[in-house]
Formats: sequence, structure tokens, C-alpha cells
Amino acid sequence: MAKCPVCGLEVRIPEDAMPGELIEHDCGTLLEVVEDNGVLQLRVFEGDMEDWGE
Amino acid sequence: MPSIALLYDHPRWEEKAILQALKDIGADARLLHVETTPLRIGEPCCPIDLALERSVSFSNAVSTAFAVESWGVKVLNPGTVIYLAGDKVATLSLLASHRVPVPETTVLSGSNRINGSLPPGPPWVVKPVIGSWGRMVARARDLEELEQLLSYKEAARGLYSRIHLVQEYIEKPGRDIRVFTLGDRVVAAIYRVSSHWITNTSRGARAEPAPVTGEIEDLALRAAEALGGGFLGVDLLEDPERGLLVNEVNAVPEFKNTVRVTGVRVHMEVAGYAVEEARR
Repeated sequence: MAKCPVCGLEVRIPEDAMPGELIEHDCGTLLEVVEDNGVLQLRVFEGDMEDWGE
Repeated sequence: MPSIALLYDHPRWEEKAILQALKDIGADARLLHVETTPLRIGEPCCPIDLALERSVSFSNAVSTAFAVESWGVKVLNPGTVIYLAGDKVATLSLLASHRVPVPETTVLSGSNRINGSLPPGPPWVVKPVIGSWGRMVARARDLEELEQLLSYKEAARGLYSRIHLVQEYIEKPGRDIRVFTLGDRVVAAIYRVSSHWITNTSRGARAEPAPVTGEIEDLALRAAEALGGGFLGVDLLEDPERGLLVNEVNAVPEFKNTVRVTGVRVHMEVAGYAVEEARR
């Protein structure tokens, strides 16, 4: 379990989570999985989705 | 077994499925998170035989594919294919020059824009030169609306904001067709069904299995070949009079819904093809 950096509630990081993966938390915050010294953590996603797509 | 790198930025179901498929067939699968891994031009970061480009960001996909190609490593799809498929003017130009039928389209540049050379209409469809998931696609019902749309677009001041892609509006039968090509074959096709005229699944369209007819197969493969081949999603429109037209080509296609409704394990097909290509 990790904590949402915005609302402080617990967030479950999926077992197969990968760095860069996005998780939408119940509070509406879009969180990004990041790796720090081999440990997966969450931060608020601050990227730009302007050119995303397929 | 060859060593295959999966280039990605923000993994979706598709990237995880491809990764698992590579492992299942015994490939040496490596993850390469492009947003945290500097890629030096001409200096490989690691020994790999082939890379699968799966970045969701167009700019990430193009740039990192080219960077890895500088190592002498084959990338599926190559940077040129990703770029050409991402730029709608480039795509339509290549398709037309290869005699692949496309909707009638006019490219307008700057203030000298409406001069009687518009495609049949109204209505017209206005699209951004680079864009995905149906974003910034609009329909103009008359010249006044078209002028307004182009003015709004120019006010945005972005890259290509003064280049306008105006297409004829095709009266689709409530759906379009997404065809997945892999090398010289078609692996699956779906209808994207919607009551809205924009039929991207990201805009709420429903996926249904579609038969791969000879005509669909032939046209999709011709389109894929024109763009440079690889793993592509070719979007077809059914025009009531002219038949099938190629609307767009996608170089990092999503296929979760296709697997769900067709049962075709597209990720396994991609992994197997990547191993074959790495061995060539």
C-alpha cells in the first residue's frame, strides 16, 4: 500500500505495476508510479497528455 | 532466443500483455522506460536484438525509436513509420501516391485558405495534422462554421495550428473498421460502432468483431505497405458509393478491446513476429 500524496488515503499499487503507469485514485488525482531505489512509489502525474494516442 | 526491448512511457494493458507474451515464448524481454532512461545516439545502452516501440506519447515514440535505431537495432515500428502515420497529411499523401483510396481532402495553409478548392461538402470534417483519439476533430455544417473552426484553431498557436486538414464528410453506417496488420498479413479486425459520427473507441464507440474479407485484407495491407509496414492499425471507412476508404493509420495501436471481442491474442502475434524479425 502507498498513500495518495494529495488526499492521504491508501492506494493499492498493483503487483504488476511498472514505472510510468498511471493510476486514477478515488479522490480524482491521477497518480504515476515511480521507482526509487527499487521501491515503487506514487507521485502526482504532472505530464502533458497533449500528443498521447495511438 | 533474441533479446527484445519494450520501449514504453506509460504502460497500458497492451504493453503488459506484450511483455508477458515475450516471456511466455522464451524471449529475453527487457523493459526500457524511455522517460527515465537517457538514450545516447549511436551508443547502445544494452545489448538488444530488436526493440518494440510502445510509447503512448507521439513525440516519445518517434524520438526514442529513432534513437534506438541509431544503435543499428531494428525497431518495430521504425521512427519513420511512426512519424508518417502520426502526421495525417503525410499519411494521406503516401496513401494517395500508392493509389490507396482515401477521403477527399484539402490542406489549407494560413490566411489564404478558402479559395474554392474545398473537398465535396458541406458538411466538412476538420482535423489536426497531428492528433489522436479523435481529439480536436470537428464537423463544419457550412462555410461560416468552417471559417470559425479554422479561426479558433489558429488562435491556439500550436505547432501546425495554421495548417488545416479539411475532409469530405463520409456518411458511415454507424461504424468504421479497424484492421490490424502485422508484416504482410492481417491478424484481426473490429467494427467500431457508435451513434456519434466520431467512432474512436476512446470516444465511446463499441468494439465488435469484423470479418476480414478479401477486400479489407487487400486494402489494409496496401495501406500498411505504403507506410512502411510493421504492426499497424488501419482505419477504414465504408463509403456508400465508393466502398472502402482508408481514413488513418496508427503506428502504436491499442488492441485490448480487439482481444476481448475477437479472441485473437494480438499480443502473442506481436511477440512472435518480433522474435521472427529479430532473427532475420
